Amino acid sequence: MPVLIDIAPEAHLIPHHRPWPRAVAGTTGWTAATESLADGRRILLGLWGEASCVHMALLDEIDGTAGVVSLEGLEGRYPSVARHHLPALRLERALRDLTGLEPQGLLDTRPWLDHGRWNLRFPLGEKAAALPKAKTYEFLPAEGESLHRIPVGPVHAGIIEPGHFRFTANGETIVRLEERLGYVHKGIEGLMAGADPVRAAELAGRTSGDSTVAYAYAFARAVEAALGLDIPPRAVWLRALMAELERLANHLGDIGAICNDAAFPLMLAHCGALRECVLRAADVAFGHRLMRDRIVPGGVAADLDEARVADLLTLLAEIRRKFPALVDLYDNTASLQDRMVDTGILVPDLARLYGAGGYVGRASGRAFDARRALPYPPYDALRFDVPVLNQGDVNARVWIRIREVEQSLSLIEQILGQLPPGPIRHHVAGNGEVREGMAVVEGFRGDILIWLRLAGNRVERCHLRDPSWFQWPLLEAAIEGNIVADFPLCNKSFNCSYSGHDL
Amino acid sequence: MRRLLFESLIRRPLTEAAPRRSDAAMQELAAAIDRTARRWLGRSLSIRAVDAGSCNGCELEMHALSNVFYDIERFGIRFVASPRHADVLMVTGPVTRNMAEALERTYNATPGPKWVVALGSCARDGGCFAGSYAVVGGVSRVVPVDLHIPGCPPPPADILKGLLALLEQADKGARTS
Repeated sequence: MPVLIDIAPEAHLIPHHRPWPRAVAGTTGWTAATESLADGRRILLGLWGEASCVHMALLDEIDGTAGVVSLEGLEGRYPSVARHHLPALRLERALRDLTGLEPQGLLDTRPWLDHGRWNLRFPLGEKAAALPKAKTYEFLPAEGESLHRIPVGPVHAGIIEPGHFRFTANGETIVRLEERLGYVHKGIEGLMAGADPVRAAELAGRTSGDSTVAYAYAFARAVEAALGLDIPPRAVWLRALMAELERLANHLGDIGAICNDAAFPLMLAHCGALRECVLRAADVAFGHRLMRDRIVPGGVAADLDEARVADLLTLLAEIRRKFPALVDLYDNTASLQDRMVDTGILVPDLARLYGAGGYVGRASGRAFDARRALPYPPYDALRFDVPVLNQGDVNARVWIRIREVEQSLSLIEQILGQLPPGPIRHHVAGNGEVREGMAVVEGFRGDILIWLRLAGNRVERCHLRDPSWFQWPLLEAAIEGNIVADFPLCNKSFNCSYSGHDL
Repeated sequence: MRRLLFESLIRRPLTEAAPRRSDAAMQELAAAIDRTARRWLGRSLSIRAVDAGSCNGCELEMHALSNVFYDIERFGIRFVASPRHADVLMVTGPVTRNMAEALERTYNATPGPKWVVALGSCARDGGCFAGSYAVVGGVSRVVPVDLHIPGCPPPPADILKGLLALLEQADKGARTS
């Protein structure tokens, strides 16, 4: 357990935590962990709380190991991580809203998910009565001559999720963007507490609709890790097949939608048609266009008929025939390139500091892909490249998606070629003990982390961390100095999740 | 680009035949529309989408309505950017407490006559999120609902059927009133 070794010599390891270690640290160990984030030796994977404890998930990129450090027996407060390591800021504000634990030394004391509209406070901690009147939310100031503010949302002009953007602009140029999120907070972690794994898996699969496969995948893996359960080989491969189909559909949709925001609907029409073909193939193969509820703890809920393998191969051939012409069109249209290149640049240092995953990180020099860095079967037996670029602009984020479409096509072909026969689902039963499990799965948007504690056949606590937590703040940085009209383009190229973030 | 454009001249269109209107949806609608329908709509319908707490699944299928396979605009149905331009609010999600006021204000900003379509299982009664401290419940807890389209999420064809039923009823209501 190299990831924890220098953090907490006095700590004790929790024996029932799988597959990576969890150590209960003292304040010294907690501070050491915070310092290792601040000086870049480790990456923050997640930070969440319970009634009287906080947990921090860490990644050591060099060793390819992960681990969890916990502080337990807290009396209402703990030493703030964000005070030394800013990427933890929103996580700590959310943690305080949900549990009531006060991050000591946190500079930003505003609430994050709690808009003062719930009928209680601290739903995951010592519950308290709601305040009689919600405080007005103060946006950060931006001062200077001839600055003006543009408030946008939560209800947006297009078919998108709700969130509020507060722009401060000087003429057309954006001086500051501040996001305010939490509008679609549904209390998923609250609903998870006490749920049986079947219901909890349903909830996990509805955390972010475009990543329903990836969430169900991560949840199932976390349950199986906690219980030490193996699943049938065929299920292992079918899961990856669904995950790649989901990635393919989303990347195709995104490439078209980004170009559409640069007034080039031709790409949207063509990419949209390809996306629809993928969804229809998924529907025929697994009985649902988005493959919702098809991955369950213990295996998968739908088998792939032999006849459907040929359908999927036809789909691959169709995309391989049509996609290269679209890539050429993208690359050779001057008006499109004019909008994409050098727009919304995210510098590699920030991507690394925040541990940004997915195309956001990989377009800014961070080569992290959970399928490669924290490999899980069957990806350890598959050949694929992890494309990385350093430019960090909208164009780079499009190109990462283009390359990943090609990789997913190849992965699907490999998977179909070696699908093992056999059963697809094992029975899942808790043995009455308390067990903890954790999983990191690469969704189309980036790495999804799910941590849970099972007590018998119930979920006691489950935390789901969307990749957007480490991407949303970077959008604020990337947009600075761009014109207001380029915001939709930048935003779409990040395509962060609102629901996955708000939970 | 020229090659792509040329190919589109000789290839068969991808757009599919219109689906049959949904009978169940028709019945649910008849009552609501008989009261209010006028000839004002003609055969066009402007929809304003409001995500009041959804997981984004329903939004994906709403987007799909605009792809070439469904091509919703050929029926005179289009998505608009402002509630002030809308005849129909299409609301998704269990309504979260943090979105309830925004939904109500969007409804109030929509001129009459107007209809509210609740899209997806969550929009009916909160779905699997019902009972959460952060969720009000189905859309009808906040604004009056004229039509539910079930599904998690409803496939585009189902959404289209529901909307065509809405249009036909609006037409019929107009002739008889």
